[in-house]
Amino acid sequence: MIGYVLRRVAGALLVLFGLSVIVYALFYLAPRDPAVLTCGKGCTPERLAQVHAAMGLDESPVAQYGHFLQGLVAGRDFPAGPDVRHCPAPCLGYSFETDQPVTKLLADRLPVSASLAIGAEILSLAIGIGAGLLSGLRRFRFLDRVVNGLILAGYAVPVFLIGLFLLLLFCVRLQWLPFPQYVPLTTDPLAWAQNLLLPWTALAVIQSAGYARLTRAGVQQTLAEDYVRTARAYGLPERRIIRSRALRGALVPLVTLTAIDLAAIMASAVLTETMFGLPGVGQLLVGAVNQIDLPVVVGVTLLTGFLVVVANAIADLLYAAIDPRVQIR
Amino acid sequence: MTLLSVRDLCITFGDTPAVDGLSFDLEPGGALGIVGESGSGKSATALALLGLHTRATIDGTIAFDGLDITKATDDRLRAIRGAGIAMVFQEPLTALSPFHRVGDQIAEVYRLHTGASKKEARARAIEVLAQVHIPDPERRADAYPHQFSGGMRQRALIAMALSCRPRLIVADEPTTALDVTVQAQILDLLDEVRTTTGTALLLISHDLGVVAGATDDVIVMRAGVAVESGPTDQVLVTPREPYTRELLAASPQPSAARPISSPPLLRVAEVRKHFPQTRRRGLRRLEPVKAVDGITLDVRAGETLGIVGESGTGKTTLARMMVGLIPPTSGSITFDGVPITRRRGRSVQMVFQDPLSSLNPRRTIGESIADPLRLQGMTAPRIKVEELLVRVGLSRSLYSRYPHQLSGGMRQRVGIARALAPDPRLIVCDEPVSSLDVTTQAQVLALLEDIRRERGLTMVFVTHDLAVLRQIADRVAVLHSGRVVELGDVAQVWEQPQHAYTKELLAAVPVADPVEARRRRAERRSVAR
Repeated sequence: MIGYVLRRVAGALLVLFGLSVIVYALFYLAPRDPAVLTCGKGCTPERLAQVHAAMGLDESPVAQYGHFLQGLVAGRDFPAGPDVRHCPAPCLGYSFETDQPVTKLLADRLPVSASLAIGAEILSLAIGIGAGLLSGLRRFRFLDRVVNGLILAGYAVPVFLIGLFLLLLFCVRLQWLPFPQYVPLTTDPLAWAQNLLLPWTALAVIQSAGYARLTRAGVQQTLAEDYVRTARAYGLPERRIIRSRALRGALVPLVTLTAIDLAAIMASAVLTETMFGLPGVGQLLVGAVNQIDLPVVVGVTLLTGFLVVVANAIADLLYAAIDPRVQIR
Repeated sequence: MTLLSVRDLCITFGDTPAVDGLSFDLEPGGALGIVGESGSGKSATALALLGLHTRATIDGTIAFDGLDITKATDDRLRAIRGAGIAMVFQEPLTALSPFHRVGDQIAEVYRLHTGASKKEARARAIEVLAQVHIPDPERRADAYPHQFSGGMRQRALIAMALSCRPRLIVADEPTTALDVTVQAQILDLLDEVRTTTGTALLLISHDLGVVAGATDDVIVMRAGVAVESGPTDQVLVTPREPYTRELLAASPQPSAARPISSPPLLRVAEVRKHFPQTRRRGLRRLEPVKAVDGITLDVRAGETLGIVGESGTGKTTLARMMVGLIPPTSGSITFDGVPITRRRGRSVQMVFQDPLSSLNPRRTIGESIADPLRLQGMTAPRIKVEELLVRVGLSRSLYSRYPHQLSGGMRQRVGIARALAPDPRLIVCDEPVSSLDVTTQAQVLALLEDIRRERGLTMVFVTHDLAVLRQIADRVAVLHSGRVVELGDVAQVWEQPQHAYTKELLAAVPVADPVEARRRRAERRSVAR
């Protein structure tokens, strides 16, 4: 177990290191100068050189990357005009566009994205497993068809279309819900849930389709296994067979998919965030790319990588907990 | 009073009848065998006894302890399943849930039917695991099925069957997937369980030898109909019906000895094959798996050399090295003095165990057989392929059929035709008949023997089945843990086995003669004690 954790951590560090190198390299290959944007209109060559120096762009790319790594461990100071901005460790860089350390920007946005992701996943799993189970058991032929249709529709319809529809229906027409606006969970849990309900639903409509499909296939496959026949031959009630055997078999692929989806929503649900006015990580990334705000882009990329690595590690642990044949090595 | 009484049982799937008018009785504590080849309806009968069919139409009556199973409600059926009639299935590897501990699965069934407490149920699970001779049952109850060997899983299933003290145990091919020595142990165990607990046994098998020593009465089924039934001693010794005689005759018979003193064609010298273990524990590298560990033997020109061993003895690895499919870790294999890796294809061919998975499902039979011919540069192989098809007893028109459209026996004939295509001098057969019914098996064996004689082939025949070897082989090599423990003429090995493992193997071979089968069981018991 300890060996497993160590290997996983080492692997994660390697992935993150590789990611940051690639993102840095890509940005230096890009034919735009971020300092020009920061410098703004009426920029003189002297002023541009100043900005270059302030942003550390006058150094070689390798040296810049070295400073970046140094900042991660020990923190860094950035000269900004007459003052000095301190960025405490772990420092992912300093965003001159917004005049804030990247870590602070991410820390502000992450709760929003996490709220969105976790709620959407719970809702998607509930709908997906439920629908998949019902259609997998073929209890109702009609329902099986409906679920199949919905699965296809969910794959086909873009999230902004569903989002628009939900907004029009619940906020404009019926006026059951306020226009979404992020309220932190700690401030008012009820308002938090109320405001996030629509984005959760929009994501769930799309995601649950895939989960339903997996569950349906998993349940049908497991119910055809010999050990299910054994359970029936020993008089176990169908309900218990489904709960303790069929569902368990179906859960294994779901865990892996959920972990990846969770990380993906946290980092890049740009459309959903924009549609419902949520200040999440995805919006931050899009803004940063448009502004060529390199430190923020690198920060978001690393955060995404980190989330994916952690989510996968957790998925592997869960996987082993569900299926004893899987050994953690 | 009769425990189980089946009258005019008809099972139909759609329009296809699986069982047609089957009737039999089973007394409490009795043992009845049902014998038949695949498609005879024997498994369908077993499932019907527990009301487990979902898509079949069932007519007739199945009276268990006075209750008609065919008309019972779901609740009554569930109460009987496991508690009244317990089932032991064919596939011990997949019949237990991989997600639950063995002890928990047994305890779950016991609690369901008796309402016992968790503690009592666990005690009962350990008790029955001990009863089926699982060593250290207290600890092994906490193991998962994948941590058990095939034989142990089958024991665990029998333990589960015993847990609620059923009045009838239905065992459907309980030993088919197991090694011959394990098979003997499981059959002995079922017999022991029956005599000590007084439960009745319905034993279903395709193998007359399995049924012979373990049952009082036997029913021979064919295409859903009981062809012959009666006391086992009578049916298997003096059968009345031609089909029963055919079945008995199909079991492999010893053949006359053939003196062979020709020079060796294939020489295997000090061959080893070690597979490195990829899993590591700690920093130490694990010992490699020594699949083949120092084998030296010659295959003489024109002979049939049998190689026998149980699963994990390295017989398939050896066979694959013999045709040059995998290189040995050390040692040399030469064919006519030339290393085998330089000769493969033209002179040495292989017939594989599973004819379905060793033929490409998306190519026609003819194309598969033509492949080796095309490799040799033949541009229009069709005529030769059709000749080969006819030679192995198939029709020319099968050329454009696909593997799934053929029966198992036909597919194995295709496998043989493909091996013959490049006119090899040596054919290595790896378990070529073990997935076939006994009559089909006899036909395929006869075909191989015919072809060998006609073409003057040399043959290596790898199998776990000693009876088959007795019929087809001239000499036999007994493999155990990657080594040859005994090598000699077939008759000599049979009459005077030298090595203890050979003796054990021979004692475990099922025989179709009930008296002999019982004598052997008694002998095994006395050795065990």
